Amino acid sequence: MHGFANPARFLRIARWLMPLCLGVGIVIALAALVWGLFLAPAERLQGETVRIVYLHVPAAWLGMAGWSGIAIASFTELVWRHPLAGIAARACAVPGAVFTAVCLVTGSLWGRPAWGTWWVWDGRLTSMLVLLFLYFGWMALSQASEASDGAGTRAPAIFGLVGAVNIPIIHYSVIWWNSQHQPPSITTGGSAMSGAFLWPLLIAMSGFTLIFAGVVLARMRAILAHQQAEARLRRKALAQAG
Amino acid sequence: MAIKAKHQRLVLLAVAMVVLIGAAILAIWALRNQASYFYVPREIVASPPEASRAVRLGGMVEQGSIRTLPDGVSIAFVVEDKEARVPVTFRGIVPSLFVEGSGVVAEGHMGSDGTFVADNLLAKHDENYVPREMKDMTGEELQQAMAKGK
Repeated sequence: MHGFANPARFLRIARWLMPLCLGVGIVIALAALVWGLFLAPAERLQGETVRIVYLHVPAAWLGMAGWSGIAIASFTELVWRHPLAGIAARACAVPGAVFTAVCLVTGSLWGRPAWGTWWVWDGRLTSMLVLLFLYFGWMALSQASEASDGAGTRAPAIFGLVGAVNIPIIHYSVIWWNSQHQPPSITTGGSAMSGAFLWPLLIAMSGFTLIFAGVVLARMRAILAHQQAEARLRRKALAQAG
Repeated sequence: MAIKAKHQRLVLLAVAMVVLIGAAILAIWALRNQASYFYVPREIVASPPEASRAVRLGGMVEQGSIRTLPDGVSIAFVVEDKEARVPVTFRGIVPSLFVEGSGVVAEGHMGSDGTFVADNLLAKHDENYVPREMKDMTGEELQQAMAKGK
């Protein structure tokens, strides 16, 4: 793991891995969306609105995966003081928040025709909204810590770990408080979703996951470049002062 | 410069107060609208709430009970539980998951003739996703088809 502690080595790998993830991800996601939006069948009760699922479920998964990434990076940061961990956490925050927002918006758009309401304070919906606010809070805290001269990556890391409590709550919310949102269709035991919906959905999920990975790598490179530029400016200023 | 900082704090405090009071008013307003009580058919038959009160009625839509009323945009159906059945009318677009034999929550009030007048219907989805072409299959056929599809 500490083999990647050297940012130069990480950058060498990220340079080709990032465009690979982005390119392949975009192709796969687009193909899955064409399949889902135009070729897959309408659902028995939901009709055409079922097609929102091909965006909604990948967004939900990546919203949760984003915070899981923050939590793992935070743990690595706190325990091993890995130099890239804090950067990885910061890189996960924005795409994670964006996908969480997409999940909430698409869910709401589907809820109106299918459930008869844009929003209910159901366990799943509420815990997902809490996740979005956690992202906002985390980004604000991380920015504030960075502004205090990079001294504090510790506070966001602790927040990242504590906030991870919400992830299992989101997952089990539909089982604990079964009110409006349906229980999971895809479980380790099998799928209550017909293959006609399941396959484009799984492919869309893998495509968007690759895009997410590509964005995280790109953001990590950008943050590292920014830090290098700042360090260079600081050295220059010191040299001039001396 | 000192005056400017003081002004800034004043404005900030004033904005914070306005936001806080606004949030409190919104919360109270929401709570008043939320003061809508939940009934199951048995309870609503045993002790019907007064007509002016907004209540929620939750239960199953009785098989074969949904019919369109003569005006063409209203529907009538029966919400039942194991012990009682309540006739309901609703005017508007029904959610696509609203079908006979599945759960529904109707928001509205009791009418004078013992009919529940719904302003809004909430339907719930289960975890099953079935293509439209299979909608006429029976439960058993469906399971076989689904198993084959996997």
